Amino acid sequence: MQLVLFVLFGLFAVLGGLIVVGNRNPIYSALGLVVALFSISALYVILGAYFVAAVQVIVYAGAIVVLFLFVIMLLNLNDRERLREQFTLRSVIGIVLGLVFVAVTGLTVWAVVHPGTGAAMPLSDVGHTKQVGRLLFSNYLLPFEVTSVILLAGMVGVLVLIRFHGRGHRS
Amino acid sequence: MLFLLIAQLVATLGKIVFLFAFVLTVVPLLVWAERRISAWIQDRKGPNRVGPAGLLQPLADLIKFLSKESFVPERAERFLYNLAPLLMLVPALMVGAVIPWSKPIPPDSWIGYWLSAVDWAPEGIPFQVIDVDIGILYFYALASLGVYGVILAGWAANNKYTLLGGLRASASMVSYELSLGLSVVVVLLMTGTLRINGIVDWQQGAWLVFYQPLACLTFMVTVFAENNRLPFDLAESEQELVGGYHTEYGGIKFALSMLAEYAHMAINSALIASLFFGGWRWFGLEDRLPWWATLLLFIGKALFFMFFFIWVRWTFPRFRFDQVIHLGWKVLLPMTLGNAIATAVALVLVERSGWPLWPVVMAGQVVVVAGAILGSTIQTRRLQARAAAS
Repeated sequence: MQLVLFVLFGLFAVLGGLIVVGNRNPIYSALGLVVALFSISALYVILGAYFVAAVQVIVYAGAIVVLFLFVIMLLNLNDRERLREQFTLRSVIGIVLGLVFVAVTGLTVWAVVHPGTGAAMPLSDVGHTKQVGRLLFSNYLLPFEVTSVILLAGMVGVLVLIRFHGRGHRS
Repeated sequence: MLFLLIAQLVATLGKIVFLFAFVLTVVPLLVWAERRISAWIQDRKGPNRVGPAGLLQPLADLIKFLSKESFVPERAERFLYNLAPLLMLVPALMVGAVIPWSKPIPPDSWIGYWLSAVDWAPEGIPFQVIDVDIGILYFYALASLGVYGVILAGWAANNKYTLLGGLRASASMVSYELSLGLSVVVVLLMTGTLRINGIVDWQQGAWLVFYQPLACLTFMVTVFAENNRLPFDLAESEQELVGGYHTEYGGIKFALSMLAEYAHMAINSALIASLFFGGWRWFGLEDRLPWWATLLLFIGKALFFMFFFIWVRWTFPRFRFDQVIHLGWKVLLPMTLGNAIATAVALVLVERSGWPLWPVVMAGQVVVVAGAILGSTIQTRRLQARAAAS
């Protein structure tokens, strides 16, 4: 049963990813991203990590991609011709980063298949909400605080940008 | 063994069927009630011709919707146009899965006997489709997915009015999600659990609304905004945007988007009843009631909040768009954030000093409300001074 669900949602995730990169219409790409993120959160549920799954949906599918959609709709990026990408430096960097990603994923899979290397940790222990909270405020307090400060800085930055922009228009 | 598995499966399927049957029964009644109550508030008669007191009007409307042509506007994004009403409806129905409808069905009741619940659920069959660890976060996640139906319905129809309606609706939904989340955080702080069952159990003695009237108020306001109901229904504001994001929908697709709106209302009413008004509990009386009586009690509470939704809609005028965003970001967000901090401080104080819970928590809320009033007075003064200067 679990295997069936895993294969189903895994296929959905891959399909969503293919839609993201393969579709010329940016709206469909954003929706493919939602499908991929939602399927990945379903995979977290199968692993017993309910909290991570919920956060995945709330933060990524519920908030970030909505903002993507906003931007795409308001800029009216429907012009499919303009989106035809040439082979540039950007795509070279993209390919390199993609290879790094594949390597990291491969290493993780290797670590799981050959236990004892110490990289793998059963997700179901991490997934319980209480344990996540406890870990965040004990072992991982410093990364947690650093993340908060980065987010705060981003927020302040946005406010500053808006203010300057508004002033420039008014004067 | 096999029999027990089948019994569990039947129980789960039965609960799912109940959920769908409840929503699909309540929605036509709600549509009828909305029209009748609005008529009553505005001193008109309302639909009263089809069936007794007009009760069959929704059925007649449905026949009309079904027999209309199901068209797609020219140059609309066909696939997304057809998908959007479903994207609105599905999250609304899914949220119902975490609501506990009554106390566990005891093994000695006829359903418990028939499913031989003694063998697999000696405590009684919980009347809740899934009792997940993250209960309220599940609601929150699905509520945040509800945006897609609205935003896509507005965009796919290829009409600037529907696009504006969809963007407005999703802007207000995204803005109010923060305050919604922070109101829920207060509930979690008070009850110490994410499971809705646990939250209902916490309210055995007294409902949460008596401890946290402020959180209850902010939660209700944000739920109204999430639902795009008046006074927050800028998405629809007929005078400016024809009919909002579902202007271009007709026939059965329009009926589906209406169904989604009212299903949201029904499920959110049930959720308000569970989180703040004791769910299926009634000050300890529920221990003496049979399970179906607690079910009726809970449905009664939910129906009251549905009436409340309608009542508010026909009492308050619509806000302007900037007023809605102002209320969301400059009033509700600081208030809910302040309430979360005040409640956390109050709870730690109670734990450290052994003071009684109620006065400390209430004092925290009084401080927050006083701060909000002070802040808004200063802001109004400043704005008036600026207006006078220029």
